[in-house]
Amino acid sequence: MSTVVSNPQSQPVAPQPTTPWKPTRKTQFTGAFSIAVVAIASFAIVLLTGLAGIDGFGLTFLVVFFGATFVRTKRLNPKARKDAMVGVAICAASVLAFFPWMSIFVSVVVKGAKGLQPNFLIENMQLTTPDDELNMGGAAHAIIGSLMMVLIAAAITLPLGILSGVYLTEIRGRLTFLVRFVVQSMSGVPSIVAGLFIYTTFVNYTNSFSGMAGSLALAVLMLPTVARTAEEVMKLVPDDLRSASYALGARQWRTSLMVILPTVRSGLTTAGILGIARVIGETAPLLLTSLSNNSYVFNPIGGPIGSLPTYVFGLLQIGTENSINRAWTGSLVLMLLVLVLFLIARYFGGKANR
Amino acid sequence: MSVVPSFEATPEQRELLVIYNRADRIFRRIVTSGALTSLILLGLIGTFLFVRSAQIFNDRGLRFITGSNWTAGSGDGVIPDDFSIGPMLTGTILVSVIALVIAMPIAICGALYIEFYAAARLRKLLSTLLDLAAAIPSLIFGLWGVVLFTSFGERWSIFLNSRLGWVPFIKVQAEVFGRSPFVAGCVLASLITPIITSVSREVFSRTPRDLIDTCYALGSTRWGSIKTVVLPFGRSGVIGGAMLGLGRALGETVAVYLLLNIVFRYNFRILESEGGNIASLIALKFGEATEYELKALVAAGFVLFLLTLVVNMVAATIVEKSTRRK
Repeated sequence: MSTVVSNPQSQPVAPQPTTPWKPTRKTQFTGAFSIAVVAIASFAIVLLTGLAGIDGFGLTFLVVFFGATFVRTKRLNPKARKDAMVGVAICAASVLAFFPWMSIFVSVVVKGAKGLQPNFLIENMQLTTPDDELNMGGAAHAIIGSLMMVLIAAAITLPLGILSGVYLTEIRGRLTFLVRFVVQSMSGVPSIVAGLFIYTTFVNYTNSFSGMAGSLALAVLMLPTVARTAEEVMKLVPDDLRSASYALGARQWRTSLMVILPTVRSGLTTAGILGIARVIGETAPLLLTSLSNNSYVFNPIGGPIGSLPTYVFGLLQIGTENSINRAWTGSLVLMLLVLVLFLIARYFGGKANR
Repeated sequence: MSVVPSFEATPEQRELLVIYNRADRIFRRIVTSGALTSLILLGLIGTFLFVRSAQIFNDRGLRFITGSNWTAGSGDGVIPDDFSIGPMLTGTILVSVIALVIAMPIAICGALYIEFYAAARLRKLLSTLLDLAAAIPSLIFGLWGVVLFTSFGERWSIFLNSRLGWVPFIKVQAEVFGRSPFVAGCVLASLITPIITSVSREVFSRTPRDLIDTCYALGSTRWGSIKTVVLPFGRSGVIGGAMLGLGRALGETVAVYLLLNIVFRYNFRILESEGGNIASLIALKFGEATEYELKALVAAGFVLFLLTLVVNMVAATIVEKSTRRK
């Protein structure tokens, strides 16, 4: 017999977890204030002692901040003092963790914007040498080549990735553990090894470097990402949906194909896009499979083909001022492509969660 | 009056019993064969690389791993072919270990910061940016390293050399800095930091809330609860993330190619401007290789494949274990 009384009118409100570590207004303010004071102090020290550059400033800042915290917490008990000191250390280290890639974002935008003129997006390098002024020539051939290769790779990978997702979540056969394990460890196959593999097989048998070879190499790298993301989104499908479908008399194949897959359609789109974002910047496999080209190639099996990563890589090896600038612009376009893909993925991902 | 809802009336779900008919069995077979592609693919990669390079392993045996020369013969047999990857193998490990040693503490602190120190809005922004950062192509890291980071790396190298020169690994012979394993390792560290950070953050965010709350209730400080609850809970996940990062660093090609002078000599002094790794060796020699040299390159690729496969399998096992436990 149930002795628990439950009143249908007043549904119990689940207690919301609080975050005790959440900074209050006051601590935020004092934090910002002390950072500002320390920044000014360390700037003064840098000016006086002549330490060089942003790293010198950072180091001074850290030392002064540690000192300030040490003095500030003098009256507290040892535990609270240790807590404050470790807090400073963690914040400092996380600045180090975030600094490189933030610096990359900023520098790619700043240095790449100079060369991002209309001609960069609509011309190719057939009649232009890398050393020419930035208002001549462009990377249209490379952008087209890159997009073509990743699309072919996606067309190959997506069905396979979805199948392995269905296997891992719907069929759950004897090999589930093995398949998951292999997909996990395959995601770490070095990109150059994928390139070598396609070189020793496809390129050797067809006897030519081609966009198709590049696509296959990218597909090898893309498969684990797509398979894993597909599994993740299909895991989110509530079991009730399956039960309901079975209860209506649907067989397993109908349940999988007509209930589960349509439900996760947007999630699968996300899987494909994340896979593309993962491989669009891969350089090493393309160096062994599709090489590079200075003009338009639209035929995936018609010989070497240009692509954004190899375009940037080639320019970097020339190393003159204009070619480096072109390389930055190429990187900017590459980053923008990745960013756009991520935004699309996030859009679809958000849809899936709703 | 208690407000705990009663669940006694909820019936238990019975075991589902599915009988597969013919269509089902065909469907299952198709899906299974699709899922096995990755398995077959992995097998094919190993097999093909091995078959193509078998001649090298046959000709040179263990000397391929231990030797320290990469000389293309003159073709008429006056200068014999001599291919081995010893220095590149040690170089691969050296650079990756430097990267991992630098990246690990930084990444863990970054993950702790995002999860436990940052304000809610900042946390959301940072974790979004972090995902994006993990997708920056390594080529761009290489470009950034060559153009922007090298000057910092050089300055730090000079500092290290003058202050810590008595440490055997650090002392240099020639006072030329930059383009050293140290600089390449720093750039690789910044390349794998986002990966390790995002895995660690994921694991830390799964720490049971009641445990953290209990800590606070017992009067612990923030660092106290992190040390006693969060870190032990997330340890295996963090190790798995680190192994993933290591695997990435071991196989990195273009960043190392752009940042290191590839010199065929055993070099363990991290500031000396020579070094290299297997992947960059392949990229460097591929263009003008003779047929026999190509086989040697494929053999080098096979060794790299095995190396990363072992690392990643260990990582996969650790990650699998740590996520299943939740």
